[in-house]
Amino acid sequence: MSLTDKDKAAVKALWAKISKGADAIGAEALARMLVVYPQTKTYFSHWPDMSAGSGPVTKHGKKIMGGVALAVAKMDDLSGGLLELSELHAFQLRVDPANFKILAQCLQVVIAIMFPNDFTPEAHVALDKFLSNVALALSEKYR
Amino acid sequence: MVEWTDAERTAISTLWSNIDVGEIGPQALSRLLVVFPWTQRYFSTFGDLSTPAAIAANPKVAQHGKTVMGGLEIAVKNMDNIKNAYAKLSVMHSDKLHVDPDNFRVLAECITVVVAAKFGPSVFTAGFQEAWQKFLAVVVSALGRQYH
Repeated sequence: MSLTDKDKAAVKALWAKISKGADAIGAEALARMLVVYPQTKTYFSHWPDMSAGSGPVTKHGKKIMGGVALAVAKMDDLSGGLLELSELHAFQLRVDPANFKILAQCLQVVIAIMFPNDFTPEAHVALDKFLSNVALALSEKYR
Repeated sequence: MVEWTDAERTAISTLWSNIDVGEIGPQALSRLLVVFPWTQRYFSTFGDLSTPAAIAANPKVAQHGKTVMGGLEIAVKNMDNIKNAYAKLSVMHSDKLHVDPDNFRVLAECITVVVAAKFGPSVFTAGFQEAWQKFLAVVVSALGRQYH
């Protein structure tokens, strides 16, 4: 389900509206993921504090959104643009790729909460497709 | 047998008591048909589904959204026995409606997005989201149980 020009435009338009709040979105989505999908906590056993608003969660949420921002910028070539991130996730972090979908769902819920008027069905479908393609690009180097 | 904590029970009943089925149902179903357009296969008799605007304005979609959302009430009222309470509905979706059960999962995602947007961050907290998604996961599982 590759991105059409319409999808790309919709994602860019949504990103323009939400990017100022990106750090907060990332932190909130990550915090919710750890609560709603507790199996994801296994990747963060080295954190002293996994609660919402904590240092590690805030910092890491920001890092994740940096990756999303990169993906938005490299939308026309996600495989190329996310190559290094894919290698990081594949060889070092070794995050099970099923978790990309989980985090994508949490991001969508948080965007719906924070930007209910902007997260229309049309914006939703474009973002869902985009995040699926990002997940695919991130998974490229796994095997 | 699903174990519910008191906090989860409270979350579900709080959310449900504030959900307007006539509002959330149509929005969730419209969103499903736009975000996962292959789900339109089940609604060939519904008329114009050609654009998001047409879907949003379609009265059959709205009515069906209410029906589907109303079905959740059975689960809310039978939280300790959702599997059995949904046995007949499951058979119906399998044998009569021939709905691919993955559709239940994606509809649940759409319902969650609509509920989240409606309630906002102070009500739809991480704890409430956890309870709500767990509840919908149980419903989805129960609906898929009688497929063969």
